[in-house]
Amino acid sequence: MAIDEGALQRVLLLAEVSEFLYREADLLDERRYEEWLDLLADDYQYAVPLRMNVTYDDVAAREDTRAGSEICWFDEDKGTAELRVAQLATGKHWAEEPVSRVTHLVANIRLESAELPEVDLSCRFVVYRNRVSDETDFLVGRRKDRLRKTGDGWRVVRRELLLDQSVLLAKNLSIFV
Amino acid sequence: MNATANGTIGRVRDLVDVRTGEISREIFVSEQIHRMELENLFPRAWLFVGHATQVPGPGDFFSSWMGSDPVLLTRDDQGELHVLLNSCRHRGMRVCRYDEGNTMQFTCPYHAWSYSIDGSLVSTPGDLFGVPQLNAAYSNKLRKENWGLVRCPKVRDYKGLVFASWDPEAPEFDDYVGDFHWWLDNLADAFDGTEAGTEVFRGVQKWRIKSNWKFVSENFLGDTYHGASTHASVEAVGIGPGGRGHRRHGERQNQGGFSKGRMKTSFRLGHGASDNLDYELEYPEFAEPRLDEYFTAAWQARAAKLRAQGRPLGGRGPATMFPNMSFSAGFPRSILVAHPLSATETEVWRWYLVDKTAPDFVRDWLRHYYMRYSGPGGMTEQDDMENWDYATQASRGVVARRYPYNYQQGLDEEVPSTLDRAVHSHHAIAGEVNARAFYRRWSEFVDNLSWPELNKLAESEDRATGSARA
Repeated sequence: MAIDEGALQRVLLLAEVSEFLYREADLLDERRYEEWLDLLADDYQYAVPLRMNVTYDDVAAREDTRAGSEICWFDEDKGTAELRVAQLATGKHWAEEPVSRVTHLVANIRLESAELPEVDLSCRFVVYRNRVSDETDFLVGRRKDRLRKTGDGWRVVRRELLLDQSVLLAKNLSIFV
Repeated sequence: MNATANGTIGRVRDLVDVRTGEISREIFVSEQIHRMELENLFPRAWLFVGHATQVPGPGDFFSSWMGSDPVLLTRDDQGELHVLLNSCRHRGMRVCRYDEGNTMQFTCPYHAWSYSIDGSLVSTPGDLFGVPQLNAAYSNKLRKENWGLVRCPKVRDYKGLVFASWDPEAPEFDDYVGDFHWWLDNLADAFDGTEAGTEVFRGVQKWRIKSNWKFVSENFLGDTYHGASTHASVEAVGIGPGGRGHRRHGERQNQGGFSKGRMKTSFRLGHGASDNLDYELEYPEFAEPRLDEYFTAAWQARAAKLRAQGRPLGGRGPATMFPNMSFSAGFPRSILVAHPLSATETEVWRWYLVDKTAPDFVRDWLRHYYMRYSGPGGMTEQDDMENWDYATQASRGVVARRYPYNYQQGLDEEVPSTLDRAVHSHHAIAGEVNARAFYRRWSEFVDNLSWPELNKLAESEDRATGSARA
């Protein structure tokens, strides 16, 4: 049986970007934030819209707030991510003193389109956080990533998370979700 | 000072000693006191429900809470606003579980009683309209007009800010607010002083914290003392209009610091603000020139407009309207409501305001600033919640509860004010006069004093005479 060269390329590409996302999760969970920032493209855009309880008919139009014009949990660029890393490093960001224990799981990774150097991915995230004694949060949902291949490896260009909570049950989002 | 050994609570006023500046920890952790707050305070006070621009058209609704009760803010076909208890009169089902939407009737899923907010179908919007098998089930004897959704008797749209009170005997909104209305005006008016020129961005942030709700109210009521320690990290980084290395609120660097000439304002009615009306603080300096230009022009327009009316330019907060609506009317400009869930749990809601006429580049900058400043993702507010949660937790212990909190800053040093029944702090950053007045008013409500008694107690400003140093 002849090998379908296109299918093989897709499998290899999926393995490559998956490996990249797992490595990114490791950097965050190991608190290597400066190295993590290096994986973000200069035009990085990050958004986590609010989710609302709406009727079935309103889902398309109203369920999620819109990044770019409405209030979200996050809607920011690389500059703001850098500010957050700098804040952690002050040692006086009390929401993260003592620091959280965090595990990022990335699952259901699927290539949506691949027009190199950019690829669009769909995946799921499970972020577990435990802090002090009993502060425990599970943040779970869907994620869309756009990655860009550069001469120096992959970069995250755009990321949008749909967190499966309407009222946030965590007291804050002081970790990178 | 504290609860008795057998755990019963006597007069709550005895737990709040404003003469010595000592307040019992019981009021922050006791479930019994929390029950008394839900019974005696929240159903009588004026509470913030939502913003009129969230329900712009007929049939629009927004789900909210007033103390322990879910409510619906609705707009009828005549454009009138209503606040309705979100609970079916038949078996109590929450007739609407949606956060927002548009409908002219709420139909209960349980047995399909339906309530109309269209004034043409029923005599009063919110009345019962449809009852399945009306004839067979009730032999046609059900008096539908008596079984509408429970209507909040007092609703006030104050420049788009919608408040309500469940108590028909409560004072009118203007009397409840008093001279504190200047702060509400600055919140609701546009940056250039245009009256009621604001709307809210779509999207209310809602999140749970393990704090007593009063920590939240007190924080914005006039506790500017916490900033230097709590927000040290965010000040070090710089997230404000001026960019990195500049202050988080964007105070101009040439104004001799953040607080020159500033005093807090405390009202006998319980409201409090972190500043005073004569404390004129120009809009920030922005790193981006076109923003700087826009806000400089807005400030000049506002100054001219207000001066022509003889109105002072200060009063941007942060501030708290008694009991649980806090806001800032500047940078950021946002409303917070601390919904009480239990003695040690609170659901916090945040709305963000913007001028109706703001161009896109201004809207965009403000929106990004709000989100990196406030709410669960906000670099400033994250550190506040750490304090509120762990102050609540570490005050629950049996031994801890024996020791009161200290509210002695500026005790007997209150400065008289020209505002009605108000005083100022002796110091710009220190001074806990606002908190003392808040908890005094709180205890008078929680002890369930009648409106004549509450009104009589608030008739005069006892702090401004005698002991005050002018």
